[in-house]
Amino acid sequence: MQKLLLLGDEAIAQSALDSGISGIYAYPGTPSTEITEFVQHSKQAKENNVRSSWSTNEKTAMEAALGMSYAGKRTMVCMKHVGLNVAADAFVNSAITGVNGGLIVVAADDPSMHSSQNEQDSRFFGKFALIPVLEPSNQQEAYDMVRYGFEFSEKFQTPVLMRITTRLAHSRAGVQRQEPLAQNALAVPQDPRQFVLLPAIARKRYKLLLNNQHGFENEAITSGFNKYIEGKDKSLGIIACGIAYNYLMENYSDRNVPYPILKITQYPIPIELLDKLYTECDEIMVLEEGYPIYEELLKGSLAKGKKIKGRLDGTIPMDGELNPNIVAIALNLPDERGDAIPDIVAGRPPSMCVGCSHIDSYNAINEVLNTYSKGRVFSDIGCYTLGALAPFDAINSCVDMGASITMAKGAADAGLFPAVSVIGDSTFTHSGITGLIDAVKDNSPITIFILDNFTTGMTGGQESSATNRIEDICLGVGVLPEHLHVIKPLKNQHDENVKLIQTELEYHGVSVIIPRRECIQTLNKRMRDKFKNK
Amino acid sequence: MKIDIILAGVGGQGILSIAATIGYAAIEMGLFLKQSEVHGMSQRGGDVQSHLRLSDKEIASDLIPFGKADLIISVEPMESLRYLPMLSKDGWLITNTTPFININNYPDVDILMSKISSLKQFVALDADSMAKDLGAARSANMVILGAATPHIKIGYEKFENAIRNIFKNKGEEVIAVNLAALKAGKDYTEQNS
Repeated sequence: MQKLLLLGDEAIAQSALDSGISGIYAYPGTPSTEITEFVQHSKQAKENNVRSSWSTNEKTAMEAALGMSYAGKRTMVCMKHVGLNVAADAFVNSAITGVNGGLIVVAADDPSMHSSQNEQDSRFFGKFALIPVLEPSNQQEAYDMVRYGFEFSEKFQTPVLMRITTRLAHSRAGVQRQEPLAQNALAVPQDPRQFVLLPAIARKRYKLLLNNQHGFENEAITSGFNKYIEGKDKSLGIIACGIAYNYLMENYSDRNVPYPILKITQYPIPIELLDKLYTECDEIMVLEEGYPIYEELLKGSLAKGKKIKGRLDGTIPMDGELNPNIVAIALNLPDERGDAIPDIVAGRPPSMCVGCSHIDSYNAINEVLNTYSKGRVFSDIGCYTLGALAPFDAINSCVDMGASITMAKGAADAGLFPAVSVIGDSTFTHSGITGLIDAVKDNSPITIFILDNFTTGMTGGQESSATNRIEDICLGVGVLPEHLHVIKPLKNQHDENVKLIQTELEYHGVSVIIPRRECIQTLNKRMRDKFKNK
Repeated sequence: MKIDIILAGVGGQGILSIAATIGYAAIEMGLFLKQSEVHGMSQRGGDVQSHLRLSDKEIASDLIPFGKADLIISVEPMESLRYLPMLSKDGWLITNTTPFININNYPDVDILMSKISSLKQFVALDADSMAKDLGAARSANMVILGAATPHIKIGYEKFENAIRNIFKNKGEEVIAVNLAALKAGKDYTEQNS
């Protein structure tokens, strides 16, 4: 089979297709988006009828994938790390139901928060749900592990979590493909009650999951992904997890590391290998891209054993992603740097695009809110979060998907009036609707802006589940028609928009204002494509 | 053989086309390659970088270590300086001199240029004007790549092949314009070093 130059995300997608998935489910989120986009653009996927359109959120994606697995087919569900919080209910319980067709959950973590609000480590979630975790160190391993992961998933009837981080997701390398497999036949579970988590059944299923732990650990030895690499100098033993292994290797020419190494890319970590390293070496260093999960376990609360070096003792910083230099410093190797960044180099933060509709929305909102005291705008996750920066300085919160409406409601409950919520169209259908129902039920005095640009903008312009549905949804959950307005966020409509906002802010109930204009990026792309096809 | 390149610019300036062209040439040479890109929030008008690593041996890290980059190729002058800590002592900096100003506190351009000129090894060229003169205003990035080619240990014809292939769906005219841009950059470096 041919070798392809693929992003880590794309290697995962290609392997899922070659492993015979019947569908992929996801909500866009950096750095996971390109997995699903690859499937959406793949000829192979089209020919084999692989379903791939975007889900409304990560929870619906996870549940739909579980349904596809129930029907005997292989499937993958993808999300960014914080998306796994949204999907957590379904995710954790899928460990108890187990699966029928192979199911891989991909969580793409973002240490150093390149495009995220935290750097939580999804390996914790895998441990929490008691399921196997795969953490590929490179693009080829990502490809190979997806194929293996589906076999593993079906062998033990368990969902498998694949955890990647930004650098693997968004880095390209050559990947060797394997022969594609056919899709599974449709087949419901042999046990018709496998997925019925009534307490009596759930207790049995949970015992089965607990009993499988030994098998999971054994797989982590026999699969060959975890490796014990001998070394002559036993003064130190190194545990290198996932891509941390690459940063370790980068520091030694021809990969001649003098110390014994335990390369970990599959969890649960086999105790047998851990014991060998610990017994053989004087000190242990743990390199983890993320939280010091295994460092902490190995060290123990009392830290009475051998010296364990890592994030907890300051050998490596507690936060942020690793790189070759951090590992060099940890190993007392030279850390050579070029010249310092000259003082004249100014920061260049991301900003809203020229012509973006959000700019006009914020200009109007700001003009009205300038007549009130500060601190009233609860925002959400999307391009419009950039309204926090100069020159807008327009928002006071950004916490999680959907938290704009609910936080505005809570603040209004506390007496803040007017309280304002700003949420994007895609974020609204992702997690805003339930909050709106709460607000309508209490007739909370809040004004909600649903910024509708017909797309999921920040992740590159994916289809939004909200398109052409927002008014119907709002009216359907009980927003009063006289307090539901669609406005055009344009300079020449500014005065009119300001007037309407003024009126609605003073209304003591739920108002929804929908500034609606297409994303400038998707508009430009549409025009380019139109020109090309002429 | 090993060459580590930092590509720098502002979101939307086309550094990924440069990466794709070098990448194509490297694959044709049978080299190993790793290319780390920036996606997501930072793409919106912020500073962007790509780490491009080529080698005849398997490459370990997706990131180039500090102080180890052989080249910084930048389509924007201030952005070229942001990555100086990555550049090795013997490294070259290749940069466009046309500033992209989307912030209020952009530094004085003369001070910026004097800072670039104080470096040991650099090529600084006005790629935007050169591209415009060729009737290829959108190919400034290919002028910059051309200026870098004498410092990348890959035969020049491999870059030409890469351009022919990458732009093959866009027609002969687009290919010709980009080849001319590439050559203009190459000639500049050869005549000024």
